[in-house]
Amino acid sequence: MDLSTFLVQCLNAVQYGLLLFLVASGLTLIFGIMGVINLAHGSFYMLGAYLAFALAPWFGDWFMTRLVVGVLLAAIFGYLLEWAFFSFLYERDHLQQVLMTYALILVFEELRSLLVGNDVHGVSAPDWLAGSFRLGELMSYPWYRVFSSLACIVVAVALYAVVNRTRLGMMIRAGATDRDMVRGLGVDIRLLYRIVFAGGVALAALAGMIAAPLSSVYPGMGSSVLIVCFVVVVIGGIGSITGALVASLLVGVVDTFGKVFFAEWSGVGVYLLMAVILVWRPEGLMKRGY
Amino acid sequence: MATEPLAAGGSVADVGSLPDIGRHEPGGWRVPLAAAVVVALLPALVSPYTQDLVVSIAVYAIFALSLELLVGATGLVSLGHAAFLGIGAYLTVLVSGDEGAPLIVVLALAVAGAAAYALFVGALSLRTRGVYFIMVTLAFAQMAYFVVHDTKVGGGSDGIFLSVKPMLRVAGTTLVDLGARLQLYYAVLAALAATYALLAVILRSRFGHALAGIRVNEQRMRAAGFPTTAYKLAAFVIAGALAGLAGALLAVKDGAVNPELLAWQESGAVLLMLILGGIGSLRGAVIGAAAFTLLKELSQSEALLGPLAAHWQLSLGLAIIAFVALLPRGLIGLGARLRRARHG
Repeated sequence: MDLSTFLVQCLNAVQYGLLLFLVASGLTLIFGIMGVINLAHGSFYMLGAYLAFALAPWFGDWFMTRLVVGVLLAAIFGYLLEWAFFSFLYERDHLQQVLMTYALILVFEELRSLLVGNDVHGVSAPDWLAGSFRLGELMSYPWYRVFSSLACIVVAVALYAVVNRTRLGMMIRAGATDRDMVRGLGVDIRLLYRIVFAGGVALAALAGMIAAPLSSVYPGMGSSVLIVCFVVVVIGGIGSITGALVASLLVGVVDTFGKVFFAEWSGVGVYLLMAVILVWRPEGLMKRGY
Repeated sequence: MATEPLAAGGSVADVGSLPDIGRHEPGGWRVPLAAAVVVALLPALVSPYTQDLVVSIAVYAIFALSLELLVGATGLVSLGHAAFLGIGAYLTVLVSGDEGAPLIVVLALAVAGAAAYALFVGALSLRTRGVYFIMVTLAFAQMAYFVVHDTKVGGGSDGIFLSVKPMLRVAGTTLVDLGARLQLYYAVLAALAATYALLAVILRSRFGHALAGIRVNEQRMRAAGFPTTAYKLAAFVIAGALAGLAGALLAVKDGAVNPELLAWQESGAVLLMLILGGIGSLRGAVIGAAAFTLLKELSQSEALLGPLAAHWQLSLGLAIIAFVALLPRGLIGLGARLRRARHG
């Protein structure tokens, strides 16, 4: 492997890892604060990709506007979903919530099939990001992937700022540490949950919208992402956003280079990584650190 | 486990200290025995289609019972149980090969293979607890899934056909041929009855009581001198072995295996059966398996739902949501509620 190929693979690894982070950060927030194991989180990623596909004819060249509108729609959707399906479940056993999210996957998959059909669709990148730049003599790297990484970094920084520097973030951190105490101090925990859930859905949908031009839009795209994101959350330490970032980059590297070196066995690599890390640190890399 | 707060802010006590509904099963052994007699007489009365449905239910009941030992009895929620089902099924097909193999050998290898993987997974994943345990078991199941899906070990994503079904021959005469519908029917029922009886004995034994103690308060059990990790590992291996048995029967019933048997959706489905039936009782596991299989069958029925049958997951999903909203303690809980209402 020469240097430019290696560089391209590194860029791919970072780009994939950052995209995973967007999905996983929402998952880890919902996990950490609401205590809900959200199996349906992959569906929100899929929702984002299909939103990108469905909104494309409406917005044409206005790519950024399309992203913003899609994220807003997803957030509203998440807000309503929490109200309708989760708000009455917090007092119950955790397994009931797992069951609910499992049922929601089935419903979402079929609704997707009824509304859009089972075909694979492509979404094109906007014109101003269509080209690629040269790397070394033989390789080139598409600008859209660079945009994807940069967008994810911007969102990660924004997320960090919100969680660590705002009043809402303070309540989120407090809610993750001691739910009852926060409630006792007069914070409307139900509203907080609803906002966190909506935010998680919006993050996953944003990841799906960004990924749509890279991966095409296809049925079942949610469940493959979901399981990898669980791995990210567990490696990083449940509830830790910093941990999710470190873990998603790690998973990105292992997955990308696994495909290069061990094509046939590459699917196993990520899970092996997780097994090794958990044997070493049963509670993930970052135990409850933000 | 019950005393340690879950990392996710809730408490594992939710799983461990479920209300005691169903733990002391009313009617003891009489109801299961009556049910077994009725089901044994069924083939004389019903169509082959219904017989196959009963076989499906019985196989999934074995699978659900095996998980009940972990979730209900020990308080270990595994979301990777399909791996053991799949390993049992794949070993059945691989051992049978083109010429077929003796029934005893096939079953023994399927069960032993699943148990061996359970030993490996259990030894590593029991270091974690709560939500982490759920996720780690899931990850190990995914590893097994990708091994059969991506490599040539198990025929890739298409799976393999079982060309000759296993038989039991003694001195040249065929005693059991699982290729015959009626024989498979009774063999699967016998396996279900044996599994049920075995688990009932285990739960009443000293070992079973120790598992219950671990579910309620692991630290106290450790303080009392029980090697709790060894107990949990033993439960995990037994559960894996029984799931392997279910997998072997499933492979024989379907005549084929594919990677979807190990997919996490399957692990989710079996957990669903337990929750539907009501966690904390063997009977609940069997009822849940029956309810889930029937629900799936109904939502695929064109006579009932017309064009919606093609989108059966929608009806199934909505039915599950209704269950969660209306029956917090599963079908067993519904039974108990009705009984209470009747007695005032």
